[in-house]
Amino acid sequence: MIINHLQTGEHNIPVVPTRLEIKDFLGAIKVRWGIGRNNYKVNPGLYAVGSPDDRSNVFVTANYKLSFDHLRKNIDGLNAWILVLDTKGVNVWCAAGKGTFGTKELVERIRLTGLDKIVSHRKLIVPQLGATGISAYKVKELTSNIPSGPAIASYSVQPDINSLNPETSHININRGFNVVYGPVRASDIKEFINNGYKATKEMRRVAFNFSDRIKLVPVDFVSARYKLIAAFALIFIISGLTRSGIDFRLAYNTGLIAIANIFLAYITGIVITPIFLPYIPVKMFAFKGLIFGFILSSLLFYFGKLGNNYFEILSWFLIISGISSFMAMNFTGASTYTSLSGVKKEMKIAVPVQISFAVIGLILLVIGKLL
Amino acid sequence: MKDFVYLKDVVTIELNEQKCNGCGICVKVCPHEVFEILGGKALITNRDRCMECGACQMNCEKMAISVKSGVGCAAGIIEGFFDGTEPSCGCSGNQASCC
Repeated sequence: MIINHLQTGEHNIPVVPTRLEIKDFLGAIKVRWGIGRNNYKVNPGLYAVGSPDDRSNVFVTANYKLSFDHLRKNIDGLNAWILVLDTKGVNVWCAAGKGTFGTKELVERIRLTGLDKIVSHRKLIVPQLGATGISAYKVKELTSNIPSGPAIASYSVQPDINSLNPETSHININRGFNVVYGPVRASDIKEFINNGYKATKEMRRVAFNFSDRIKLVPVDFVSARYKLIAAFALIFIISGLTRSGIDFRLAYNTGLIAIANIFLAYITGIVITPIFLPYIPVKMFAFKGLIFGFILSSLLFYFGKLGNNYFEILSWFLIISGISSFMAMNFTGASTYTSLSGVKKEMKIAVPVQISFAVIGLILLVIGKLL
Repeated sequence: MKDFVYLKDVVTIELNEQKCNGCGICVKVCPHEVFEILGGKALITNRDRCMECGACQMNCEKMAISVKSGVGCAAGIIEGFFDGTEPSCGCSGNQASCC
């Protein structure tokens, strides 16, 4: 990825391209599916885009490669510096919430990279969603120990000390770094800069539209796969339950449909509910999932996939709705508008319901098999 | 921009208007336009849109804002419940398994 190095003083800064390559696209797809997601990182530190000098902007980001790639592709054509913080490979907003995209790390990274000697200005453009972890006024205080005076930051020619105007070269007595919060979306960066580093209201708002939601589905779908497989195994065994033990032929004949029911319930909760999220007129995610689970159960019942006796049929309504509700509730973690207090309240109501549905459902299913 | 609102009357955000100096940083950093500056002071005008991210509290130099922010996902709350701790993703240190 690194195309070059820029020599400045005693620093050797890697230059990165602003056009992404096939491997960057493939990497993005992989991590969206949870593959190698813990290790999709770039080294923290300073990078250059184009041919920046001491007056070029500094953009701050996380060392999650998806964040890094997303930023650099949106500053195509600019000459700028990118300061990458060590967020353990986590994206800006989540890392900010955890504190790793934080004041301490930013200040430390400035110190480690010697940024104050590389740029003569004192402006850092931080993504707005980093504000959860960055205290702008503290960054300014903590970076104010840099002595005032002109930064000798030219790379090929030393400035003629005699020609520097003492009136203007010491304007910033306080040489602490000023955090300027950029737009939420990197795609608005250029317009933000052209507006004199001012963001519109839209640039500062976070949405949760279809394309935002759909990108989050694969990783949630994949992350509960072991629990899902365990559920498959359990339901397969129960399918073969007879009064004289487990009949594997019966399990095979009816178990595959049972596994399919479980799988459909899972998809209803973690794929269908997120897709249709804004169209279901209840607020709790668990309730949205429950409604879709009920709809799925009704469809499966109509097509005769829920078994023959009333115990089995009822049990499936409960199990399917419970699974769908639980998986939909988990989507709160990926959402951009749910609060901790709200999720706690939702869970206090929803989890006991989900557990009851699962337990009663399984009991009824077993009874149904043993009749 | 279509706006999503979650549950009503649950969030823990509080603004002390006496401490507020009307600097407006809360308006800048809030992702859901919860605040407005009116008459030289910040006001919470869209309380139910708050997601308790804490950006406002983090950046208020006058410490006029308080909010209980933290990991807001169901999986994290369950994890914290079993660990007997505050909600956590279980991705401490080098592991970054959830987000």
